[in-house]
Amino acid sequence: MSTLSPTMKSSAEYTGGGRRRVMGVVFLALAAAIWLLFARTTQGEMVTTFTLNPGGSQANFPNLEFITLPVLQAIAFVCALLGGYQLVRGFGTRTNAILGLVAALFIFAFLSWVASGTSLNLAGLLRATLIRAVPITLGALSGILCERAGVVNIAIEGMMLTGAMVAAIFGSLYGLWVGLLAGVLAGALLAVVHAIFSIKYKTDQIVSGTVINIFSIGMSSFISAKYLAANRQLNNPGIFPDIQIPGLAEIPFIGPILFSHNVFFFSMLLFLALLHFGLFFTRWGLRLRSVGEHPKAADTLGINVFKTRYMAVILGGMMAGFGGAYFTLGSVGRFDDVMTAGRGFIGLAAMIFGNWNPFGAFGAGLLFGFADMLAARLAILGVRVASEFLLMAPYIATMIVLAGVVGRGQAPAADGQPYEKEGH
Amino acid sequence: MANQDSQSTPPKDKSAFGIFMHELARGSLIVPILAIITGLLLGGLIVAVTTDQVYTAWSRSPLEAIGVGINAALRSYSALFNGAIGNPERIADALASGEAAALRRAFNPFFESLIKSVPYIFAGLAVALGFRAGLFNIGAEGQLFMGAVASVYVGFAVKGLPAIIHLPLALGAGALGGAIWGFIPGWLKAKTGGHEVINTIMMNYIAFRLSEYLLRGPLQRPDTTNPISPFIETTAQLPRFFESPIRFHLGFFIALAAAYGVYWLLFKTRLGFELRTVGANPNAARYAGMNILVITVLAMSLSGALAGMAGANEVLGVNYTLAPAFSSGYGFDSIALALIGRSHPVGVVLAALLFGTLRNGALQMQIAANVPVDIISVMQALILAFIAAPAIIRTIYRLRAPQQQEDGLHVRGWGG
Repeated sequence: MSTLSPTMKSSAEYTGGGRRRVMGVVFLALAAAIWLLFARTTQGEMVTTFTLNPGGSQANFPNLEFITLPVLQAIAFVCALLGGYQLVRGFGTRTNAILGLVAALFIFAFLSWVASGTSLNLAGLLRATLIRAVPITLGALSGILCERAGVVNIAIEGMMLTGAMVAAIFGSLYGLWVGLLAGVLAGALLAVVHAIFSIKYKTDQIVSGTVINIFSIGMSSFISAKYLAANRQLNNPGIFPDIQIPGLAEIPFIGPILFSHNVFFFSMLLFLALLHFGLFFTRWGLRLRSVGEHPKAADTLGINVFKTRYMAVILGGMMAGFGGAYFTLGSVGRFDDVMTAGRGFIGLAAMIFGNWNPFGAFGAGLLFGFADMLAARLAILGVRVASEFLLMAPYIATMIVLAGVVGRGQAPAADGQPYEKEGH
Repeated sequence: MANQDSQSTPPKDKSAFGIFMHELARGSLIVPILAIITGLLLGGLIVAVTTDQVYTAWSRSPLEAIGVGINAALRSYSALFNGAIGNPERIADALASGEAAALRRAFNPFFESLIKSVPYIFAGLAVALGFRAGLFNIGAEGQLFMGAVASVYVGFAVKGLPAIIHLPLALGAGALGGAIWGFIPGWLKAKTGGHEVINTIMMNYIAFRLSEYLLRGPLQRPDTTNPISPFIETTAQLPRFFESPIRFHLGFFIALAAAYGVYWLLFKTRLGFELRTVGANPNAARYAGMNILVITVLAMSLSGALAGMAGANEVLGVNYTLAPAFSSGYGFDSIALALIGRSHPVGVVLAALLFGTLRNGALQMQIAANVPVDIISVMQALILAFIAAPAIIRTIYRLRAPQQQEDGLHVRGWGG
């Protein structure tokens, strides 16, 4: 790999001068954007109101109210200070944390600007962000499982779509939990195909993923047009109800945002923790990662490369199937053609953005979910920003990350390479 | 064709078709053909098992059910044939009557299939060109959209030009729009190593969102609230050869010319040689002093330009306007076409004609036999699967393994 990319940056460069300056300029640009786009267009006496109770909550929490302009100016000033310091001295290893802080400040400034002269339900926005992050994160976890073991999976989208459809049909016939299980198994089945193609037949993994994507889009639309359109009872599974965590759900503001969700949200958190622990703190995870980094070395040490990869890909497929079931059983309550609408690919982006780490992917999922949620709501709020540009943000951000501007990700070294056992 | 000589010596016949046959023979001609046949058979099987009458017949006797199933598949495929090529009886009647309008109606399905093939040819060539340079352009869809956006803009906004200038200008704008969308991931790949698969996927979605925005803003038709562009000027329309209802237009021949152009570029020019060398062995290319950066960027831009032409042709030859989601998944289909056509222009054209015909016929099949058009996507996926893993076809038909390693295509990891 290294021979192919002479421009690949070493780790010294990762915290070196070029990156320091680029990040400084980024911070300053965000400060300037807050000043020019938001502060300059806000009248002096306008008041921002954030409602802190999500809809339907009985707890009474006071609204957050402030005069918009000075807050915007203060945020712009802080960002500019951080940018200046980064440019001159640099935050070193804490750069990423500061980047997160600046991004959060920028988002807060943006929301304050949107809500100036009117009110915005901040708690509702946060809750919606978490919900929108669920399928993206599950998709990313699917990608992490596969790619950490060295198998590229661009079929997350297709697996999710099939999972969504199968879950809807079985959910309608036999109940929600059977539907969920069927969705997971459908994802696993496609993953078996992907695994056989890319591990046994050593087909190019992108081609194999493309096959599964074309097949899933075609098959789900075919079945939908042939059966689901005519038989409503096959496509009416209902959705999982929200679970209130006793005690915690009553906490004002935080409770309804964090502790009142359906099974998909809590499962996602569980999978997140399990995968993180499994990958980095168990022998299972060490073996899985070694197969993705250096399969030959792993083989020499007696790890069964093929078996490990099969297991990882199938688990990844189950994760994608679970994420697909979210669409029908956790969100919409029926299957629509091509309803995943590229969420699988955003999950792939979140995986890269999160540097192939579960929690990084979750962070990216939150960010992308936020953009997704805002784009859906801005039209309702009547804001002067075209929602299309917000929806573009995750893709552009991913390309920037991939280009190494904001720090280079570390893909597993043997990602995408079929393993050929010697002596065969 | 597949004699021992053709595997080791360069082809004696240097024509486009000769090289194609040579390459086919090296990878064995039999696999793609069997893959297509198997795909069509499996498609028929899916049609059969999704026919309700089969199950009522099953309760009487399994044999009868099989008969009903085969019948259903045959009926569907004959509807597909009538929709794609034309109804033989109607053609015979029209020929007998000699009436011009009846003739046009009878032959319309055939020409419609050719029209459907045009974007496939362009997009398939785009992906194939990328493959030859070792680049996986998964973003033909986005490039196609940007090409369509650019050419529709030139088509309706520029007024008062004669067709001889306006039409090439609109086509050129389409190519340019696609080329820019290919240039960006190409440049990122060459300069930063960012993998083109991820970047082109991202560029796809950026293109969708951008075109949605444009169609609801600057490019929106003034008298409507729907996201649709104004109609292009007649001077920007690709000329049609027959009267209504036949929509067969000049774009088909432009597509064939583009295929020849790609062939000429790849196999007759120095740039093409360098491009293929970079694709086959980048290290060798670097030691030979080739500029990988320039070649990568150029290959992606050209690939994007071809995909952009696919969009331009749809807009300038068929629709005359641009609506959102006008592409029916050409991006993924084009990957299948390039692989089925072995990344060779002749193969791509043949594969594109096949799938253009199937897609066109499927519409008729949906109406006549109640088989959703999406069956074509399923068949396409199956055919691609068999071509991507020839071992499956070899196992099914008990073919011997090839003596020579087949040309594989492998990506080289993400991000670096």
